Amino acid sequence: MRVSADIAVAAPIESVWSIVADPERVLGFMSGVTRWEVVGDLSAGLGARYRMLFRIGAAEVGGLIEVVEFSEPFEFAWTSVTGLDQRGRWRLREVKGGRTRVELRLAYGVAGAGISGWIAERIAAPSVSRHAQQSLRQLGRIVEQEQLRARAAQRRAAGAAG
Amino acid sequence: MAQADATRSARRNGHEPDAPVDLREPSPGGSPSRLANRAWRELAGLVQRRIPRADLDERDPDFIREQLPLLWLLSSIWFRGEVRGLGNIPDEGPVLLVGNHSGGNMIPDTMVFTVAFSTYFGVERAFYQLAHNLVLSIPGLSWLRRFGTVAASPDNARKALSAGAALLVYPGGDYEVHRPSWEGNRVDFGGRTGFLRLALEQDVPIVPVVAIGGQETALFLTRGERLARLLALDRVLRLKVLPISLALPWIVNVGDFGHIPLPAKITVETLPAIDVRAEFGPSPDIDEVYDHLVRVMQDALDALAAERRFPVIG
Repeated sequence: MRVSADIAVAAPIESVWSIVADPERVLGFMSGVTRWEVVGDLSAGLGARYRMLFRIGAAEVGGLIEVVEFSEPFEFAWTSVTGLDQRGRWRLREVKGGRTRVELRLAYGVAGAGISGWIAERIAAPSVSRHAQQSLRQLGRIVEQEQLRARAAQRRAAGAAG
Repeated sequence: MAQADATRSARRNGHEPDAPVDLREPSPGGSPSRLANRAWRELAGLVQRRIPRADLDERDPDFIREQLPLLWLLSSIWFRGEVRGLGNIPDEGPVLLVGNHSGGNMIPDTMVFTVAFSTYFGVERAFYQLAHNLVLSIPGLSWLRRFGTVAASPDNARKALSAGAALLVYPGGDYEVHRPSWEGNRVDFGGRTGFLRLALEQDVPIVPVVAIGGQETALFLTRGERLARLLALDRVLRLKVLPISLALPWIVNVGDFGHIPLPAKITVETLPAIDVRAEFGPSPDIDEVYDHLVRVMQDALDALAAERRFPVIG
C-alpha cells in the first residue's frame, strides 16, 4: 500500500532539504514518528541507518531502516532492513517564485500476510495519509518560520550596518 | 508405564513435579468412583503426553511477522489497544517481563502486548511467553509455540533467559486471570515468588507490565477453586481453578475453554526496569522485593483505573 501527499513551501529547496535530511530534526516535524535514532557511525547520507518507529493504531511499527537514495537536494529515500516492510521518499522540486514542492511517499506492507494484511493495509491507510499530510504542514511551517527569522535577522543586520 | 511416560514428558519440558500424578493402573473392575478416578488418571496422562517438547527454536519470526496484521487489526479495532512505556524495556539482552494477567483464557492483554512488543522491537528480537501446560496441550493451539509460547516451568524460563531473550511471565497465572471482574483492578500474584528467584539467579532486570481492561471482556464471577478441588483438577491437570463467567456465546461459561471477548479497551503500561540487586542489595529479601513489585504495579494499575470512565468503553 502506498500513500503520498505534497505541499508547496515558500522557501528555497536547500532550506527544505537541510531539515528533511537532518536526522536530529525528524521528530520535530514527522507526525506519528516516535523514534528516529542514528544506528552506526554514519549519521546522514547514503547508507545511513536509523531505528525508526511510527505509531499506527495499537502499535508502534518500524524497525531498522537504511537510506538508499540521497541525491542532494532532490531525493531522500529509505527502505526497511528489519521490521515490517516499508519504504519512504522525500521528493523535492523547485517551482516558480522561489518555492519548493515537497512530496512525501510512504509505502508499507507485510509480504505473506494474506487477506488480513490486505485489510490491515487499507484500514491503516487513512491514518498514515493524515500523518503524511500533517508532517508536510509541520515541515512547511518550520521552514517558512526559519525563512522569516533569517530575513528579519538580515534586516536587523542591515539596519545596524546603515 | 503410563507414569513413566508422563514423568519423562514432564521432565523433558522442564518440569519436576512436586507431587507426581499417581498414574498406577487400578485393579480391574470396581465401583463407579474407581472408574471415575481411572478416567481422570487417563486424562492426566493424556494431557502430560500432549505437552509439547520445549524447544525455543519453534519460535518462528517469519510466521509472527505474517500474523502481525491480523493481530494488529484485533488489537487496534476490537480492543483499541494502547501500550505505553515500551522504551522502559532494555533495547537488548535478557529481561524478565512480569505482568498482571487478565481476560480469562482468551488472554487479550497478552495479544495486545505481543503485537506492540513485536512491532516495537521487531520480530527478530527473541521473545517468549510462559503459558500453563494445559494451554499448550489443547489441540489446535500449536501455533502458539511459533509465537514463542513455552510451557511454564523454571527450566524453560532459564533456557529462554540464558539465550538472551525477553521472557514474559504472569506469576498470578490461572489464579489471577480468572479473578472476578469486580477485582479486575487488583494485582494478585497469589504470593508466588518463583519468578523473583529466577531473576536473581539469572541476574536479569525485571520490567513490570501492567494491563487493564482484560477483566471487562466477560463477566467473571468466580474462580471456582472449590469446584476444581472437588473434581481433583488441581491434582490431575495442575488446575487450581474452574472458572465460571458470563460470556459470549455460551452465556454461562464454565471452565472457559474459549469465548468471544467483549471489545473492552485494553491499556498496557510498561514500567521502569528494576535491577533487584542494585535496589535491594546483593542478597535481597525475596518477600521485600515481592511486596515492592506488587505495590509498584498496583499503583500503576490504580492510575490506569482512574483514567477509565466506563467499563468496556474505557
